[in-house]
Amino acid sequence: MNTLNPSIKTNQYQFYGLVTLRFLIGWHFLYEGISKLLNPYWSSAAYLLDSKWIFSGLAKTIVSNPTLLTISDYVNMWGLTLVGVSLMFGLFSKYGSLVGMGFILMYYFFAPPLVGLEYGKPNEGSYIVVNKNLIEACALWVLYSFPTSQYLGIDRFLTNEQKN
Amino acid sequence: MAKMDQKKDKANLERRDLIKGLAGVPVAGFFLLNLWQKIRRDKIKKSNLLSSLVKEKKPPAAVKSLSNTRHLNIGVIGYGGRGGHLVRGAGFATTGWTNKASENAQKNKLDKQFETFMTQEDLNCSLVGVSDLFEIRADQGIDASKNETRPGGKPQATAKKYRRYQDLLADEEIDAVIVATPDHWHAKIVIDAAKAGKHVYCEKGLTRTFDEAVEVHDVVKETGITFQLGHQNRQVEANEKAKQIYRQGLLGPVNLVEIATNRNSPWGAWVWNIHPKGNAKTIDWETFQEPSPNKIPFGEEALKRFFRWRCWYDYGTGLSGDLLSHDFDAINQIMDIGIPKYASSTGGVYFYKDGRDVPDVWNATFEYPDHKDGGLTLLYSATLSSANPRGNRIMGHDATMQMGGQSGGGSIHGFAVTADELSTQYKERLKNGMINPSYPILTYSPGSKDIDGVTSATSKYFANKGLLYTYRDGKRVDPTHLHVKDWLDSIRGGTQPRCNIDVAYHEAVACAMATESYLTGRRVEYDAKNRKLI
Repeated sequence: MNTLNPSIKTNQYQFYGLVTLRFLIGWHFLYEGISKLLNPYWSSAAYLLDSKWIFSGLAKTIVSNPTLLTISDYVNMWGLTLVGVSLMFGLFSKYGSLVGMGFILMYYFFAPPLVGLEYGKPNEGSYIVVNKNLIEACALWVLYSFPTSQYLGIDRFLTNEQKN
Repeated sequence: MAKMDQKKDKANLERRDLIKGLAGVPVAGFFLLNLWQKIRRDKIKKSNLLSSLVKEKKPPAAVKSLSNTRHLNIGVIGYGGRGGHLVRGAGFATTGWTNKASENAQKNKLDKQFETFMTQEDLNCSLVGVSDLFEIRADQGIDASKNETRPGGKPQATAKKYRRYQDLLADEEIDAVIVATPDHWHAKIVIDAAKAGKHVYCEKGLTRTFDEAVEVHDVVKETGITFQLGHQNRQVEANEKAKQIYRQGLLGPVNLVEIATNRNSPWGAWVWNIHPKGNAKTIDWETFQEPSPNKIPFGEEALKRFFRWRCWYDYGTGLSGDLLSHDFDAINQIMDIGIPKYASSTGGVYFYKDGRDVPDVWNATFEYPDHKDGGLTLLYSATLSSANPRGNRIMGHDATMQMGGQSGGGSIHGFAVTADELSTQYKERLKNGMINPSYPILTYSPGSKDIDGVTSATSKYFANKGLLYTYRDGKRVDPTHLHVKDWLDSIRGGTQPRCNIDVAYHEAVACAMATESYLTGRRVEYDAKNRKLI
């Protein structure tokens, strides 16, 4: 699991499909992070206040404490940005995928689209149990399992595997 | 030759290695190009909307606190629900209140009432006199004056109880009084207080009748006391921002303003609890009904009227003085509309058939034919049997400002300004897509540092919800506290508070005109020259 099975290179469709997925998710994370960094008014408070299910209590604790809220804001802004950079440049991408998966799963569990839970903010699509967050988290799991950055990305220079 | 080939191969390999290693760079380049375009477009959009349009973006300058210059002794006449809140604004709460609020804060971390109270500025005053016609409430006032759980710690002095407010006014130690009695007593108490040289904070509505409003206005002017009317909306930043936007003509000519009250609970309809300890011994009913036109003996009906006085014209003016007054004053604050030329109103008791004589559904129109935009109609619509959050709307030819989503005492939670798709001022910007009439061009959420000029569905959603940034800077302030502070600072500095007698008079006359129209079934005109209702 630690390295990419060299056989995948022989199938260019599979390999470049995975690389494209990495670039796209990297792009998504990077813009989510940068847009928050650029917006002086952004805060995770509104998202947290709308939290339902098992983490809603934790969400309220964070919002009611200015220090925790500030930490939450910074972790989100910089975390998303760094994961984006990691996936896009193929730098420590395996860790990037894992951390990214953590973020997305957190967003999922703070506001899962379960039957009976209703949110203030309207959804842009129709979801039941599965939403785009869950799918993106799963895609990151795939990226973690297939670390394409060892062939295409800065990680190439950092691994001692035989390259081609 | 072979050596050269080998070298070439190696160089090729290194180049391929480098290209593969840096495969993300072109993607990142494409990303940055898009990001740059997006930032540039947002900047143009913002400069279109903010720099050129909203000239004054900063919040109003904080007024220097004058609390330390002079200690003031205050008295309260009427320590009911509202009186209690006002006195809390001055820094004194009953032990019952502080215990309950601190308990609530422990139960619910988002309940900041206790923290807001404890972190409010110590206004350097003492509560030294309490007068109330209901014994229990007077005792609560005394308790509040002694409670050490307060901003600033142990109070410097404690309060004396007065059954008659005249005795409280005779106390030379008292500098200023808060008047929070039912409306039918306002005029007499304010006039007596002013004549006794006491500064006055009077709860709204100013008076029960038009004639009383004229008299109060004149006495306050003659005596020169510092007078503040209890419209705490004057301290709400959203209203000051809205005023800037209106003044800069961003809405274009405004010919129609809609304000509304939407309540749907017995409490909201003034069906308040009858205190179990209220009886002939604890309530001075005869004094209570002294200034009212109709008198009844003490009994069950009197008890109902004592605790639910807003339901009868004998003591108040119902929706007019209680709720229209707030929203009218907010619009007067934003647009300086002053006193209308004509008012007419209709309505009835359609839901609460509980013996009240003030309407529970009531609509009033105010005409300003001489308004600078060519003429203006102010439309007030109220219901006590639906909580549909209509909010207030200032409807201009170029844009509409929607304020708040709920109107429960004039508190405006935020606003959104949306361009009119047929606007003249924004014609070009609408055409080239810089302004989208489906989304606001400006939004303001309470507690935010600035007006946000980003037009998106999310900002629209949050402006309506008014949630953002409330906890950002760590501190929430109660506008009632700011309003009391404004009054005390004005006393110390010899200046005029924000809701002084001039604007108080506008509110009182407008409300009295609408009430008069309902009671007489005709359109009422204000004769500004002779200060008469025709």
